[in-house]
Amino acid sequence: MYDNISAEEQALLDKFLADNKMFLGPDPEIMRDHTVTPRSAAEEEVLKKGFDAHQAHHIRGLINAALSEAFTMVNQMGAAPGAKWGDLVTAIYTADGNLAMIAPHGIITFAACAFYPIRFIIKNWMNDPTVGVKDGDGFIHNDARYGGVHNTDQSMMMPLYYKGELICWLSSTIHEGENGACEPGGLPAAAESKYDEGIKMSPFKVVENFQIKRDLVTFLQNSVRDPKLQLEDMKVKLHAVMRLRDRITAILDQFGRDALIATMRMHLEDTEAEVRRRIRELPDGTTRVLQFMDSSLRENCLQKISVAITVKGDRMIADFRGTAPQFMNRSVNTNLASFKAALATGLLQNIWPDLPHTMAVLSPIEVITDKNSIIDAEGEMPQAMSLMPLFKACVAWTVPMAKFNYSLPKRYSAIIASQYDQAATFIYGGLTQHGDVTGNFCGDINGMGQGARSHADGEHSVSPVFGFMADSGEHEINEEDTPIIRLGAQRLAKDRIGFGKYRGGMGYEQIATARGSGMWGFMTGCEGSKFPSAQGLFGGYSCPAYQLLKIKGVNIFEELNKDPKVVEVFDIVKLMNERPLKGGKYSSNDMGMTFELCNEGEIYMICQGAGGGYGDVLERDPALVMKDVEEDLLSADLAREIYKVVFDERTLVVDEAATRQLRDDERRARLQRGKPFDAFCKEWVTPEPPADLPYFGSWDDNSKIYAQNPAINLKVVMPADQLQGFYMPNPKDLQIATLEAKLAAAQAALEACQAAGR
Amino acid sequence: MKVLITEYLRINLDTEQWECRRCGHAHGSARDNYKRGLLVYDRDPREIHKPLLDPKLYERTYSPDPQWCRILEYYCSSCGTMVEVEYLPPGHPPLHDIELDIDALKLQWQDREEVTEPAPAPDLALEKVKHGRALHAEMHQHGGHGHQH
Repeated sequence: MYDNISAEEQALLDKFLADNKMFLGPDPEIMRDHTVTPRSAAEEEVLKKGFDAHQAHHIRGLINAALSEAFTMVNQMGAAPGAKWGDLVTAIYTADGNLAMIAPHGIITFAACAFYPIRFIIKNWMNDPTVGVKDGDGFIHNDARYGGVHNTDQSMMMPLYYKGELICWLSSTIHEGENGACEPGGLPAAAESKYDEGIKMSPFKVVENFQIKRDLVTFLQNSVRDPKLQLEDMKVKLHAVMRLRDRITAILDQFGRDALIATMRMHLEDTEAEVRRRIRELPDGTTRVLQFMDSSLRENCLQKISVAITVKGDRMIADFRGTAPQFMNRSVNTNLASFKAALATGLLQNIWPDLPHTMAVLSPIEVITDKNSIIDAEGEMPQAMSLMPLFKACVAWTVPMAKFNYSLPKRYSAIIASQYDQAATFIYGGLTQHGDVTGNFCGDINGMGQGARSHADGEHSVSPVFGFMADSGEHEINEEDTPIIRLGAQRLAKDRIGFGKYRGGMGYEQIATARGSGMWGFMTGCEGSKFPSAQGLFGGYSCPAYQLLKIKGVNIFEELNKDPKVVEVFDIVKLMNERPLKGGKYSSNDMGMTFELCNEGEIYMICQGAGGGYGDVLERDPALVMKDVEEDLLSADLAREIYKVVFDERTLVVDEAATRQLRDDERRARLQRGKPFDAFCKEWVTPEPPADLPYFGSWDDNSKIYAQNPAINLKVVMPADQLQGFYMPNPKDLQIATLEAKLAAAQAALEACQAAGR
Repeated sequence: MKVLITEYLRINLDTEQWECRRCGHAHGSARDNYKRGLLVYDRDPREIHKPLLDPKLYERTYSPDPQWCRILEYYCSSCGTMVEVEYLPPGHPPLHDIELDIDALKLQWQDREEVTEPAPAPDLALEKVKHGRALHAEMHQHGGHGHQH
């Protein structure tokens, strides 16, 4: 073998390898880079001629209007439930695939992922003689491994040519729902490998001459449970993008290609400059927070996400090292590109909502992770429920950035505790009353409680954690289309509160059943049943734990027929404690449930959750406490026990002197029971996680990662830079083993009795 | 010069001390972990997030599992204000959550006016949500899905 080869030979070898690549999988060169690329030759040339900021402002306004119009088209015409609630986006990208602008009300995360597949198309298909990119082409994609939140989201991406030159890319993305996975609805928590996740579209050409290729659509329709939806929404997205193309072409006609290229480029560069300026205003140092996820959606296990944000001058580094390792057969992993898109969303949602919605917001921020961790998983790992770590990424900034931002003489938005961050909604599937097969999820995902603010309580059920604008759906439409019947809806979940000087906004109860279907079922994909999810701020408490409640073995419709007053109010706590439906099997379960059948009239109950609280509960204005009692959000006992308010339960008149006294007593009691920190740590801190706790992630040192699962006697400690994935046992196998052991013990006892002649 | 860091903490740049914003008590060196100057209490989470379902009937009651989660409450050792809470698995080392470069902070505030009360800021996230909702309602009212609200 040659040790050294000439440059000519090297070039030949490189070309050979490039021409003969066996599989164009997700490309790390693209997927690990969230930054805006350097100016292209065209951008450089255009900007050398000068830049007219006033004209750019005008053009930006027109682009925004065009993006909004396309957004509205999809919102109005889209067939997917998600499209109706606003779970969609339209966007424009530079010719190099830099995300320049997003529809003002669109879901940021979608667009913050979609530049990756565009870069893939540019790198691989543009010059491939078997594919190519030309005017009138459209590309589809859904696999998050090539850029995306998760595989339920489908994008339509189109190049825009003007006078023969590629000027920019346009896209439209919808959370479609159904995608042919092992469970209906597109979010299969039961996926144990990527091959259980349904169709996995790498970016490919599905439109030529502005026409959808029917052979390819048929293939896609054949792969999902809702073929009509697949066709309808591909058409909707295509036509929205074509309208967007018309509008951008009109801008080009009016202002010329130089003006559009310069506007998009400077929009990105100016945003980056503004982010760096804001970072420079913050104090230098590091702030940290830990997030604990308590379920893989198949079993309870703690997975730590470690967050450290460091500011030094105009550099910001988000360091996630110390986070749990990836699971080989659980769907709660995410790839790094999706995780970063959620980080960008979180920054825009809660920290700097006034910044332009572009990838340039995250571009200047360095992100460090351990490879093969749950937030930087390999492509082979299942990631159908990547929402779990992604929702954590959306709120990862809130606590540490509040600790940087609080000091600023001028702040850009309110200080706010963490929003509730679980996908608390029913995912469903089966046969509808109209005889159609379907699978999707309900709009309640968009009703998460807002975190408390430094000046006010959080708003109830305000929005999804990943977007400003999304409706929680209309049950009437849902009931017309599916067998789901809402027995209870939009009732705020009393006493399930993130307490504080200001309380978090609350979530609402969702009580559902099915009627008129021969086969129907639900699943839920949430964590936080053992370890609360939405964190408080500056002494405010987190939200409580939440459960999935079921009443099986009854038919509520028959029960109501027999006695219309058997249940007067559909209230979860009352139903579960009073058990009015005789013969029903009542159970309280983890919020993660894989798909299961719901017989007619059986009841499933969950809650949207509360945001975290802000500040010391003893500083809550007693008048606000009474308002919560009066509005039936808080019970009188909790008003007394948590907030230490003395009042007349009948009139709700506060005894202010007695309240002051009670609160002073409580402060004195704190001084009595609290221990000095160092002495406390000596008693409290253990060298390792408790042996009986399924635990994944670092403990006292972020370079040392634990993976322990007492159910299978697993305990591994790994260097953080050499993480491996872990295989979890099937919970049913564990249950069978437990039952077999019990049976064997009973058998042995029986034999012993028989042997003793008894 | 004092710099506000949280609702209950500030840094006195002259003395380089963490201070309580309620009573002025000095918690310790601003170059050290402020928690070292506070009192800590290991709270059973069921005392705050009380069981709403009958624990005799159900294991899962809306309370966190005390074997999985504890609440560390941090109090000012002088006035008893609850400065911070931290939800951790039992035995997990408390986090050093604020670690600032004090020399850089002094330089940064050299040319800034002292701020004694936090700067008011617009609640942009909520404004955006409300604006979005209004638009959505308007769209649907004008025949979006054929439903009038």
